[in-house]
Amino acid sequence: MKEITELNLPEDIKYSDSHEWAKVDAEIITIGIDDYAQDQLGEVVFVELPEVGAALSKGDQFGTVESVKAVSEIYTPVSGEVVEVNANLPDAPELVNNSPYDEGWIIKIKADDPSLLASELNDLKDKAAYIAMLKG
Amino acid sequence: MEDQNSCRGGFENCLNAQQTAASGLIFKEPFLWEKSRDGRCAMSIPMQDVEHSPLDPELVGDAPNLPQLSELDVVRHYTRLSQWNFGVDSGMYPLGSCTMKYNPKTNEVQASRLGFAGAHPLLDEDLCQGALELIYNLEQYLAEITGMDAVTLQPAAGAHGELAGMLTIHAYHAKQGHQRTKIIIPDTAHGTNPASATLCGYQSVNIHSGDNGILTPEAVAAVMDEETAGIMITNPNTLGLFEENIKEIAQIVHAKGGLVYGDGANLNAIMGIVKPGELGIDVIHLNLHKTFTTPHGGGGPGSGPIAVVKALEPFLPVPRVEKIPCSPNPNQSSKERGNNLNNDKNSYKYTLVYDRPDSMGRLLTFHGHFGILVRAYSYILSMGAKGLTDVSKLAVLNANYIKELLKQDFYLPYDRPCMHECVFTDKFQSDNGVTTLDMAKRIMDYGFHPPTVYFPLVVHGAIMIEPTETESKQTIDQFIHAFKSVAQEAKENPEILKSAPHLPKLSRLDEVSAARKPVLRG
Repeated sequence: MKEITELNLPEDIKYSDSHEWAKVDAEIITIGIDDYAQDQLGEVVFVELPEVGAALSKGDQFGTVESVKAVSEIYTPVSGEVVEVNANLPDAPELVNNSPYDEGWIIKIKADDPSLLASELNDLKDKAAYIAMLKG
Repeated sequence: MEDQNSCRGGFENCLNAQQTAASGLIFKEPFLWEKSRDGRCAMSIPMQDVEHSPLDPELVGDAPNLPQLSELDVVRHYTRLSQWNFGVDSGMYPLGSCTMKYNPKTNEVQASRLGFAGAHPLLDEDLCQGALELIYNLEQYLAEITGMDAVTLQPAAGAHGELAGMLTIHAYHAKQGHQRTKIIIPDTAHGTNPASATLCGYQSVNIHSGDNGILTPEAVAAVMDEETAGIMITNPNTLGLFEENIKEIAQIVHAKGGLVYGDGANLNAIMGIVKPGELGIDVIHLNLHKTFTTPHGGGGPGSGPIAVVKALEPFLPVPRVEKIPCSPNPNQSSKERGNNLNNDKNSYKYTLVYDRPDSMGRLLTFHGHFGILVRAYSYILSMGAKGLTDVSKLAVLNANYIKELLKQDFYLPYDRPCMHECVFTDKFQSDNGVTTLDMAKRIMDYGFHPPTVYFPLVVHGAIMIEPTETESKQTIDQFIHAFKSVAQEAKENPEILKSAPHLPKLSRLDEVSAARKPVLRG
């Protein structure tokens, strides 16, 4: 297990209390699980993905991540429609461990309501607030 | 004795004198197909004593590819495989949340009696009165133990019992004229609970237990509404703690028209002490293969009866077994009839009743896992009421004994009296890079089955130990000593843990590759 100081937590993304991250690029938001979550879960052996086109509201479960230790639900930190899922994960779930923010992303969501998106993003934590939460 | 100081992994001192396990001669064993030789056979087909009658050629295909083996080939094959195995007959199996207790051999004797073992499941009820009486009486005993009004023995195992319980709740709300959409499930419930609720179309609403591991009435009140079918609550919960607010929680749920489902997998802690029916629980499942000493985990099918309050009885699966007065036999004299009034066997009979219009229908073929029911009945009659109460007292005492003696060596997240199991974590060991998994693997080298690990999920790195009442103080002391030795090794020689186990036939398996790239055919 990593110490909190050893965690890789980029500055340019937002974090949820349930350890997902969200990265905004115009109206497309990329979502995955963060370094803390992948480290806690241990080696990921399976990722269950949603259907492209699924409509999600903030807080909805959109899949599961399974490691040799546990099965964990993953929840979307923002509302919108699933426009893409990471097609590499079925064959290479270890990407979630090895590259949680880059090759191990899980879904991309298109937000259709900019003001809702802004308020939802505002509810998420930046790096400093997230670290403060982890420290309890 | 020199070789006791080294072991196959090349680690010095990985065996010590107090360890219950030693290395021994274990055989490799090929697949049966690899042992097969053309023409070898272990049986002779009886002489044909009826006229030869060829089958329609269209119905005849190639013979199945069965291995050809002698009787000794087969006996050695399965004997060798059994020697690779670990069961409660070979050592302590402290798997938390599973109640891996000893299965008394008298249960097997009773279940193999010809009248039970040889009975055809479609026998006319007049010809299987004994079997029906056993079903009826076992239902009565389980109703008494749980403080409920009616029991069905049909469900095939625990998760099936959960499903039966949720179907009962679903049928109840349908009958009330308003089906509900949600069910409350605390984070200390059993992992199968959400699955059972989902199969009934209910959406799970997860709530958190309080800081002391106990569910608060406030958390339930915050989410309970008239669209919520009820709550699924495990008591004692999966932290091995008694949900002491259960009565208040039941009142909150009942006030909004909901029902309380009790997961009775942990009944072993409270039998004879607390009746779930008196806590406000409306339907509860029991695991005969946990609490009532029928084989558990590959040793045979399970059995997951449910017990319900009176209002839910109409929804139970059919057929029900009922005890009805016999109509007088016209060939008997009135004097004989008078004598028989005192003779239960002749004045009552047991009958199968299908006419229950609100029933959920049949859940399993025939009468459930009948052979398992015989074993549980045998256990209940062997123990008696006082014996069953002592079971729970000793199960709780043993768990608390382990908790107190190991809490210096392992972090105890909820330091309070536990029920029949206790939960530690790897917090004290993680500084040395040693995890719960490493310690669980290492304990095998000491001759014990590992405890449950990484469950319940609310505890990081959980190590969940349930000794059960059937282990002696000597065995439990050996187990405590073994776990203390592992804690010592974690400080002094973490490498020996990271590569453990060393003594079993196979050492550390690559579980990650097995899960990521399973080879599903030979």
